[in-house]
Amino acid sequence: MNFDVETVRRDFPILSTLVRGKQLCYLDNAASTQKPQVVIDRLRDFYSTENANINRGIHHLGELATDAYHGARRTVADFINAFSEKEVIFTAGTTESINLVASSWGRTHLKKGDEILLTGMEHHANIVPWQIVAEQTGALIKVIPVNESSEIDTEAFDSLIGERTRVLAICQVSNSLGTLNPIKSIIAKAKAAGVTTLVDGAQGAPHLLADVQELGCDFYVFSGHKIYGPTGIGVLWGRAELLDSMPPYKGGGDMIQRVTFEKTTYKGIPQRFEAGTPNIGGAAGLASAITYVQQFDPEELRAHETDVLEYALAMLGDMQGLTSYTRASKRAGAVSFTLDGIHPHDIATILDREGVAIRAGNHCTQPLMQSMGVNATARASFAMYNTKDEVDQLVNAIKKAYDLFS
Amino acid sequence: MSDDLVDLYQDIILDHNRRPRNSRKIHTATHQSEGINPLCGDEVTIYLDLLDERITDISFQGQGCAISQASASLMTEMLKGLDLDETRQHSKILHDLLNSEEDAQDALLKYGNLAALSGVRKFPARVKCATLAWHALEAALRGKDSISTEEEL
Repeated sequence: MNFDVETVRRDFPILSTLVRGKQLCYLDNAASTQKPQVVIDRLRDFYSTENANINRGIHHLGELATDAYHGARRTVADFINAFSEKEVIFTAGTTESINLVASSWGRTHLKKGDEILLTGMEHHANIVPWQIVAEQTGALIKVIPVNESSEIDTEAFDSLIGERTRVLAICQVSNSLGTLNPIKSIIAKAKAAGVTTLVDGAQGAPHLLADVQELGCDFYVFSGHKIYGPTGIGVLWGRAELLDSMPPYKGGGDMIQRVTFEKTTYKGIPQRFEAGTPNIGGAAGLASAITYVQQFDPEELRAHETDVLEYALAMLGDMQGLTSYTRASKRAGAVSFTLDGIHPHDIATILDREGVAIRAGNHCTQPLMQSMGVNATARASFAMYNTKDEVDQLVNAIKKAYDLFS
Repeated sequence: MSDDLVDLYQDIILDHNRRPRNSRKIHTATHQSEGINPLCGDEVTIYLDLLDERITDISFQGQGCAISQASASLMTEMLKGLDLDETRQHSKILHDLLNSEEDAQDALLKYGNLAALSGVRKFPARVKCATLAWHALEAALRGKDSISTEEEL
């Protein structure tokens, strides 16, 4: 289907909201995206007509719910181009996915002195789980620095990756800076050095950049709610041979073959990692969100998003006293900035009164903020339904902030 | 510009944000504490010189939004020379101010410069900005060297 932003906007009921009499201009999509009507309907329909627990399906509803859940797994597998659907594990979101890998893979594969390689632009969710496993195993964290152009320093990467490097965990797109990392070449280098790789796709999947075979990584993780789906559902994709070698992360029902008090044997993947009743409705909702975005030509969708982002960068770049931290040559989704004399929180408050929703703060990337020498930025982040008109609304609201503070 | 915003960013607030009073370190401080809001990154360190239960000197250093910095600046201006009872009274006044429905004009008559913070009432997400310095002050008086807005005092 051809991508037409006005048609898309009509699919998202919340976008017509008025905020204190002003048209909502929602530019906090890196934090969470809005939901199209089909996703809202899917959740309502699931709970109205299909709800039951799964995998126990002697009864009709149990079968429907089981079908919805397994169908969702197939939809995700297709969306990310997984080798097989058993490589798709449903989690609560990106954070849980990374914790699962750090805990299960990390505790069995890392030893004292081994190195975990991260980048300076990681979200706390891709730092803290690794610190926890580093503390437990004696492994060390190494960090690839971010340069003045908001890009990872690839020369430093070449020198940091070494004999003791066991795992590289890197974001596909920086949530703070909008930098689109050269994942393919980085993964290829890591792979050549025998390093296991995890890509945090929380900000990449929404821009339809989640082809795991193309990327070549070993693990790929993302959240449902950042790609127009519900909260509380996310995905861990991993290569089957790796997942097969990993012990359970949580124990409970649904993940076991046989339990006695002496010994328990576990199911294979993906069930081994899905203890307890999963978020069945969430999985169904995520599948409908993915089906929704898949109806569009991905090139057209990305072209529209790029068009709006580049317009925003140009318009903001023209404003006096504005410093942009979105400087990478390849970028997606977000522009981070500060204004002379107005703190980002004050900007966010003033913009909110103009209907413009942005994020202000450290964006869960405190180490990055420290390296940039700021303690907060304002961030406008875009989704497929945003328009150039909304960029104008943002720019006008920023002018009002200047007026108020001058 | 909305009235709410004009109430929030009153001239006194903007002035204290631009030209913070008592913004320095007291090297010989008898009490000090750092207040941080981990959700937004605001930081305010309060320095106190306390002699016979009286604040002989008070200052702050920090970075953050206009509300957090102006609030800290206003606080140091108000509390210098007061004893601990009076300090606690002022703390209660600020608390009342941020929670009551009194209109800004009445508050101004009653609470002096502190009333400039009354506009924060209409911005629930920003109340923590206005109270950060006061939390740090209380922590300093209790001998705690840091306090987060995400923990109970």
